[in-house]
Amino acid sequence: MAWQLAASSKLAWKEFGPAFLWTSVWDPVEEKFGALPFIYGTLMSSAIALAVAVPLGVGSAIFLAELAPRKVSNACTFMIELLAAVPSVILGLLGIFVLVPAVRAVEPWLTSTLGWLPLFQGEPYGVGLLTAGLILAFMILPYITVITREVLLAVPRPLKEAMMALGATHWETVWNVSLPYARPGIYGSIFLSLGRALGETMAVTMVIGNTPKISLSLLDPSYSMASVVANELAEAVGDLHLQALIAIGLTLFVITIIINGLARLLIYKTVGPRAKA
Amino acid sequence: MNEAHFQRRKRISRLMFALTSLCAAVSLSVLFVILGYIAYHGLSTLNLDFFTKLPKPVGETGGGIANSILGSAKLVGLAGLLGIPIGVLGGVYIAEYGDNKLGFLIRYAADVLNGVPSIVIGVFAYTLIVLPMKRFSALSGSAGLAIIMIPIVLRNTEEFIRLVPHSIREAALALGVPQWKVVLRVVLPTAGPGIITGSLLALSRIAGETAPLIFTAFGNRFWDKGWMNPMASLPHTIYTYAIAPYEDWHRQAWAAALVLMLFVLLVNVGARALLRTSSGEAH
Repeated sequence: MAWQLAASSKLAWKEFGPAFLWTSVWDPVEEKFGALPFIYGTLMSSAIALAVAVPLGVGSAIFLAELAPRKVSNACTFMIELLAAVPSVILGLLGIFVLVPAVRAVEPWLTSTLGWLPLFQGEPYGVGLLTAGLILAFMILPYITVITREVLLAVPRPLKEAMMALGATHWETVWNVSLPYARPGIYGSIFLSLGRALGETMAVTMVIGNTPKISLSLLDPSYSMASVVANELAEAVGDLHLQALIAIGLTLFVITIIINGLARLLIYKTVGPRAKA
Repeated sequence: MNEAHFQRRKRISRLMFALTSLCAAVSLSVLFVILGYIAYHGLSTLNLDFFTKLPKPVGETGGGIANSILGSAKLVGLAGLLGIPIGVLGGVYIAEYGDNKLGFLIRYAADVLNGVPSIVIGVFAYTLIVLPMKRFSALSGSAGLAIIMIPIVLRNTEEFIRLVPHSIREAALALGVPQWKVVLRVVLPTAGPGIITGSLLALSRIAGETAPLIFTAFGNRFWDKGWMNPMASLPHTIYTYAIAPYEDWHRQAWAAALVLMLFVLLVNVGARALLRTSSGEAH
């Protein structure tokens, strides 16, 4: 599969060399292609998603694993798994009609209170990195929650009981025993959802604004690797354009393979290779 | 270690757990917000025409998405025909004979493939089928979907085969039944409900996939003309309708989303119910 993608994009690699990865011009008319704006958009939106989803997901997992009675916990986990089953195009639809207006309403306030940060300057379009990041956060939240709960439940009971017997409060036990023990698994779940977030196409395409430029502001429209492939591949004109898009696909493929490879190794390490995710 | 200090630690403990409960509440409410919103917007547009008519030209209201529903069913059906046998057989192999390097490698590859973005798999199907044939086709769409579902089915099959108790297997072997027959007649029927559940879940997952279909099955506003031609599908129709500037299309997108969502939810809930009743003590 990697070979097939590489073979189909060799024209683009030959034309631009590895500089393809850090050139920021994308001009189908002039046939000049560089992938940097897309790589930037992809990484930034995923970073926002992680910043939102990791605390929320780990927090939920602690609640489900430690606090909730087993029945409630199972029911809640089932519902969170259902959230993972929501097709991404539907999340994108909600993104367009619910999240974009909401973000547009909040943005002027963000600009006025946090405007001294370059992150929050610019026009309130509603579409952009911030919106894309939030949608992605909802998307990866279930993965983080479910896997983290699983590894927290795998923490040996005697360890926790020993801590309790020493007079630690419940929270101190979780913080000092359960979380460190589960750490590789939690990192694994984060990497795994990072892989998802990087490759997520539909929901992001629908809200990111699809403008191939690099801007420091989170409020500006941007573009991601997966979205540009989705938008342009079907109507690419010229071999070079087509191959540049496939080259982006290949880059994305390599990145996600590396991230997923790491994630799996980490999860195998905590819960054994037979854990499902 | 005085009393005040101890009280403070207890308060922190309580506060942090309150925060985690809040996190869980937020996570759960997301699902209900999504469901509620789709139901609210989608229900008003749903009627019989929606399921039986073709889309109307732009500007006219009404019409339906019958072609997309049928297209989705066909695409997912063919993908299932391609993907389920490969996934199940692969799963049987690594569960029965896979306790070695090769088995580990397949397992690892399947897990990694599972994490590859669907759009990349779409690009792969595009270069493999669309480019040489020089046309968008339903076949290439199904091939892409099948690649997505194989690792899911494979890992799931393995999981359930491993749950089959050793005693049953050994009983059959002790009666002199050859290994292949044990797998076929004893192990597979025992693991059957689980495998079916997993396959259903994989089907519901690919039914919602859009990214790989954009440039393979491509979409179509009419009834499709066979496997070698573009075919409409539900998720792709939602996508085109949602980003189009027409009010009426937006309403139809909500309704289509409701249909797709109901399908996915029913399969998910149904599959789990099936598993629970057939295996007795479920997890």
